[in-house]
Amino acid sequence: MSVPKPLALVLILLCLALFGLSILIGPAGLSMTDTLRALFLGEGEAATLVMREIRLPRAILAVLVGASLGLAGAAMQGYLRNPLAEPGLIGVSGSAALGAVIALQTGLVAAWWLALPLAALAGALVAVLLILLLAGPRGSSLTLILAGIAVSALAGAMTTLVLNLSPNPFAASEVVFWMMGSLSDRSFDHVLVALPFMLIGWILMLSLGRALDVLTLGEDAAVTMGVSNIRTRMFLVLGIASSVGAATAVAGAIGFVGLVVPHVLRPFVGARPSALLWASALGGAVMVLAADLAVRLILPDRDLKLGVLMAIIGAPFFLHLIYKTRGEIR
Amino acid sequence: MTLLAIEKLTVLRGECPVVDHVDLSVGPGECVGLIGPNGAGKTTLMRAALGLERFKGLSSLASLSAPDRARAAAFLPQSRQIAWPVDVETLVSLGRVPHLPRGGTLSPADRDAIEDALHRLGLDGFRQRIATQLSGGEQGRVLIARALAQQTPLLLADEPIAGLDPAQQIATMQVFAQLAQEGRAVVVSLHDLGLAARHCTRLVLMHQGRVVADGHPDEVLTPELVAQVFGVSIWRQDSPMGPVFQPMDVL
Repeated sequence: MSVPKPLALVLILLCLALFGLSILIGPAGLSMTDTLRALFLGEGEAATLVMREIRLPRAILAVLVGASLGLAGAAMQGYLRNPLAEPGLIGVSGSAALGAVIALQTGLVAAWWLALPLAALAGALVAVLLILLLAGPRGSSLTLILAGIAVSALAGAMTTLVLNLSPNPFAASEVVFWMMGSLSDRSFDHVLVALPFMLIGWILMLSLGRALDVLTLGEDAAVTMGVSNIRTRMFLVLGIASSVGAATAVAGAIGFVGLVVPHVLRPFVGARPSALLWASALGGAVMVLAADLAVRLILPDRDLKLGVLMAIIGAPFFLHLIYKTRGEIR
Repeated sequence: MTLLAIEKLTVLRGECPVVDHVDLSVGPGECVGLIGPNGAGKTTLMRAALGLERFKGLSSLASLSAPDRARAAAFLPQSRQIAWPVDVETLVSLGRVPHLPRGGTLSPADRDAIEDALHRLGLDGFRQRIATQLSGGEQGRVLIARALAQQTPLLLADEPIAGLDPAQQIATMQVFAQLAQEGRAVVVSLHDLGLAARHCTRLVLMHQGRVVADGHPDEVLTPELVAQVFGVSIWRQDSPMGPVFQPMDVL
């Protein structure tokens, strides 16, 4: 039930290559030898600072955020048995964004930088509690979607309300820029805040492989094959909340990864949901690394936002995929 | 020894009992045909017996733990769901999941079970075909093969032959009868009374949630009972190739 070896190899190599490029390329214009010496030997004070405090955490975050979004997308699509599902569907990213927006707007962030990621995580937690309350532990996957849509809509409306009532245009623009999603100016502190939650989320979601495979046959068949619906749903919701909540907390709202990556990789794993989990985690890391590189290469001095680029590239790409495979989607 | 024991099983939809005090016990070697008009409670009875539905009364399967139940009985739901374009062999191999140790891969015994299931359903040439691209009837057979690959002592199949061509309907009923001869047991709901009479060792006739007859096909498919429950007249004859049973006209 594992990922086909050639695919895993290609994705891992791509990931490593892009990670390397991500570390080597940046506005400081360091030469390759300088960057490597600075990174590994700590030679050159400024270069070392750039490498260890700016580029390395940024590349690591790209991997973590991408893997979280890709994995959550594959898990969500597998659980709902729908290729159009994405992790944002259960309202976690919207609620995490709301938490962050409140932290920005109230000025808590200025007092303590950790306020932003923690508020975002708190937002994700509230979303989970609301969803579990609305959908209950025994409901079907349909009730989960409906509860998710309700929570998403509420979080979206509250975010708009905060912007609407914002007394200060600068704070409002800060909020808007944050919501576009970005990995610039992140530090190892961000990595340390996000990593534990992401790891918990990954473990929960990766443990669902077999359950998602069996769910291919429908919920009734899955239950009679020993899969517990309640456990599956609990692990899925908590896993997505934990990992996507953490990703949103450190990188803002980045869409399309969770939707596109599983969709692209599905044919390469024989459409098997369990194999798609691993593949999508790697694929998500590749996609976010590539997009974060593109952001720096296309408009180096305009701070192009990652989430914006992702949507600009992701949406037409997705349309192309739908156009190509429209005969197969039924 | 019984493989399924149901006592006074009742399922309520609001106030209305859709399955009403049903007693049923199935032992090895039986191929039980569950017959009755639409809405008689056949599907609900099977689902409740497996613990998929809230019920009052007793069911030996529902009281097992989920992993034990998955090794005691396989269920083939009425709706044929194949969510992803996986190949036929992969889909059938899902039947082995209840037998796999945590994190384990398919053993030679698992492979044999999958081969056997594919072979019984005549799917040897379909292995690499994408299941979602098959015709409805072919998908039906692939899903039956999945349930067979589970290799449980008991198989519960909800209208497995609906939508199959005549040859495949007969072939599938022969597979079920063969399983029973091998000492396993099958409970199959179906609407084709002729096939039920020919291939089942025992018929259970349901009407409005109750079991109104239970026994050998000859005892159950009497003109009076069929007229009362289905509202049709029947023609029956013993031919050299077994009983022929044909509903003729609506009464």
